[in-house]
Amino acid sequence: MTILEDRPANPAAGDHDRPIGHGRMQRKEDPRFVRGKGRYVDDIVLPGMLHGAILRAPVAHARLISIDTTQALAHPGVVAVITGTDLQALGLAWAPTLSMDVQAVLVTDKVRFQGQEVAFVVADDRYAARDALELIEVEYDVLPPVVDARKAMDADAPVIRDDLEGRTDNHIFDWEAGNKAETDAVFANADVVVSQELVYPRVHPAPMETCGAVADFDPIDGRLTLYETTQAPHAHRTLFAMVSGIPEHKIRVVSPDIGGGFGNKVGIYPGYILAVVGSIVTGKPVKWVEDRSENLMSTSFARDYIMQGEIAATKDGKILGLRTSVLADHGAFNATAQPTKYPAGFFHIFTGSYDLQAAHCTVTGVYTNKAPGGVAYACSFRVTEAVYLVERMVDILARKLDMDPAELRLKNFIKKEQFPYPNKTGWEYDSGDYEPTMRLSMKMAGYDELRREQKEKRERGELMGIGISFFTETVGAGPRKDMDILGLGMADGAELRIHPTGKAVVRISVQSQGQGHETTFAQIVAEEIGIPPEDIDVVHGDTDQTPFGLGTYGSRSTPVSGAAVALVARKVREKARFIAAAMLETRPEDLEWEKGRWFVKGDPSVGKTMAEIAMGAHGTVALPEGIDGNLDAEVTYDPPNLTFPFGAYICVVDIDPGTGHVKVRRFIAVDDCGTRINPMIIEGQIHGGLTDGVGMALMEIIEFDQEGNCLGGSFMDYLIPTAMEVPDWETGFTVTPSPHHPIGAKGVGESATVGSPPAVVNAVVDALAPFGVVHMDMPCTPARVWEAMQGRTRPPV
Amino acid sequence: MQISMTINGTDVTREIEPRVLLVHFIRDDLRLTGTHWGCDTTNCGTCVVLMDGQPVKSCTVLAAMADGHAITTVEGLADGATLDPVQQGFMEEHGLQCGFCTPGMMLTARALLDHNPHPEPLEIREAISGQICRCTGYATIVRSIQWAAEHPAGTNEATAETTTTDSTEQEVRA
Repeated sequence: MTILEDRPANPAAGDHDRPIGHGRMQRKEDPRFVRGKGRYVDDIVLPGMLHGAILRAPVAHARLISIDTTQALAHPGVVAVITGTDLQALGLAWAPTLSMDVQAVLVTDKVRFQGQEVAFVVADDRYAARDALELIEVEYDVLPPVVDARKAMDADAPVIRDDLEGRTDNHIFDWEAGNKAETDAVFANADVVVSQELVYPRVHPAPMETCGAVADFDPIDGRLTLYETTQAPHAHRTLFAMVSGIPEHKIRVVSPDIGGGFGNKVGIYPGYILAVVGSIVTGKPVKWVEDRSENLMSTSFARDYIMQGEIAATKDGKILGLRTSVLADHGAFNATAQPTKYPAGFFHIFTGSYDLQAAHCTVTGVYTNKAPGGVAYACSFRVTEAVYLVERMVDILARKLDMDPAELRLKNFIKKEQFPYPNKTGWEYDSGDYEPTMRLSMKMAGYDELRREQKEKRERGELMGIGISFFTETVGAGPRKDMDILGLGMADGAELRIHPTGKAVVRISVQSQGQGHETTFAQIVAEEIGIPPEDIDVVHGDTDQTPFGLGTYGSRSTPVSGAAVALVARKVREKARFIAAAMLETRPEDLEWEKGRWFVKGDPSVGKTMAEIAMGAHGTVALPEGIDGNLDAEVTYDPPNLTFPFGAYICVVDIDPGTGHVKVRRFIAVDDCGTRINPMIIEGQIHGGLTDGVGMALMEIIEFDQEGNCLGGSFMDYLIPTAMEVPDWETGFTVTPSPHHPIGAKGVGESATVGSPPAVVNAVVDALAPFGVVHMDMPCTPARVWEAMQGRTRPPV
Repeated sequence: MQISMTINGTDVTREIEPRVLLVHFIRDDLRLTGTHWGCDTTNCGTCVVLMDGQPVKSCTVLAAMADGHAITTVEGLADGATLDPVQQGFMEEHGLQCGFCTPGMMLTARALLDHNPHPEPLEIREAISGQICRCTGYATIVRSIQWAAEHPAGTNEATAETTTTDSTEQEVRA
């Protein structure tokens, strides 16, 4: 698409309706990446470094009878073999999860999912370590597994977590939001109620770089340096201190270049802990990097929600209420990474973009014999599931009412004047203006023309579908009064120093897994203090060099850390005013700011640039009382609310009636993430998320057989879109700034992953309407689509 | 066993275990860490290098099989300080985010352009279809390779037009 339209002046947007800090600029991190000079965890080689490998359980549920490591220890090159018994002696056999549960680091009593960690070999090279795994003899007493979450609470279901005292079932939690009585009353009086079970299958973030660590414990001064694939280095440092007993000031966590995260690298995995133990035991640095099967089978999966959805409306299409009961499969340990008060994440934003009278949800979490996790894959703490629920239900309602799905959405949107909008489950949406965004997407798509084309094709027996999704996200967790992870408030710090020559360094607590922080955070500072972005270095991913903060996930970098950076830059700008006044021998209140310079009101020729002020701050000028001799500042930002980006997506598919193959012909995405920083990076983030959405809707699933064997344990089985499965994305944007964020930005990293799956599924179901298909669970594989065309609604993948 | 090959124009000879994979030989023995590893099953292509100018997945090639051949890795793309137009294209058109699949994508692009200097978008997509990127959604990779095709001497070409497509112009604005 190459249309550039002038946007009418938007008074509410002020001057935010433009990208900030130089807008589209090339990324500062790219020169090293295109030369192959990125520094990822597996690239790190330390003197004397050893290699670790993990023996994993071949079955899903089994008593551990015995482990014999004799032969493995005798294998050439093997330095140590660590078992659960060894860890028990160190008090490290179990580690806390991010959801107040515990997880086995190595099995001591019972295997609880296929691929669980059983033993750790340390050897002098990676081949020797792998060889030795095959020499470890393990005897298991295999138990019946719980594979289907629907049967986890059956009276005769095996109890998975018999390690927890008094545990007699597989129940983890019940949680609810909204008002049940009000919702039931709305439903009782509604003209139309439609219901549908929706399964959001288990999927996996599968970043191109798997998880890994290099642990380097120095026994002399008791210092641990841990290079780790982590999205949250500071939180990891604190948790490692709590678990290991190594004092926190002796731990340095470094998250170097990270080859994609998508939530996969938030949690602390047994492999990281084992690398540390391996280093302590051998006295040498130990590297552990998992292979792809280990990544897919044992690290944090995503979704796995079975949702009963119900929507109530008047017969002319006014949506009145929405309710759902959810069964959440959390796997063998409750290791979801989300704010403590929210065991179902932010799922309770399932009322979406619509002005409803009432809403209610219940979520029940259960244990099964599967890998732990659940909050990952760019989900904004389960907003993916929420958006999928509401956007499928609205489409099903449109079919029931025989209304156009775009018209039904337009009729029910929260209106611009209703913001800030308190929804029925406890959120306060900060800002929104949905209709122009929806209308722009329809205009870009040529919506009416597409419907005409579809009508003609249907008459010829061709299968074409048009799917719409309109999402509202809730990101930027979050206000520390409500949101913490294991007691750590979800705030972020920033430190800014202007060196005497006017060059700057900004240190941030979030880190990048490809988002381009080294560029965009420099742009934010540039906007605020007028130093060009290329003169501002962004330091991240090293706990010894950056202020404390909770890290990068849930699209929180720009909403939280971006705010911290804007505010610290303003603090420096204000300090510069006092220093400039001293230099100019005038009063601070007599100075006026233009980008990069304080000057005397009424005499613009008399002023000082930031570089001059920086030199002055470090020079010999007599500074006013209370002003230190530097041009530095620091802040910790506690967001007053979350931010609520939104967008309108339209997907056009063609289905081969002979094979059931779905081809995504077009995908139109209009996003509103508030104030935009670097449009190139925003577009890139959206493209990536749309590809996730097509993948989940059509290809990606982690399934298990009846014995609990993982059927998605390699890229042969877990299918990810290539360039051939996705179209040339068509993107557009509107700008509705956040009223509470310092620069009005809302975050965009997960919007497209969250918003796009229902657009694809809605398109597939729309294409199959002539067959009477009302719903199809993801992924809409050729087999499933073809079976649905034969009238079978629950075919296998 | 002993193997010899040319890596980025330099002859190397090493003693190796016969089972060593080319990707590990390149990364661990030669310490050229720009070649990455992502799946073990020849699906992801983050380990792609050029063998005699053709893309191969180095996780599925034994180092011994490269004996006597010429290997090009990402470290061999640039000519000293002068980047290959493909490398420039990836920076111009935002063809990378985390950078992990990027070396393999760029080497495949180089091989494509060597055989087909003016590929159609679909030909580019087919060329990279054996490789996975989790960040970009591929459109910007296609644009990056198109940029390289349009600038065969990169930005160093005196007559090179600065027709960089501005992503903001590719977007529709309300």
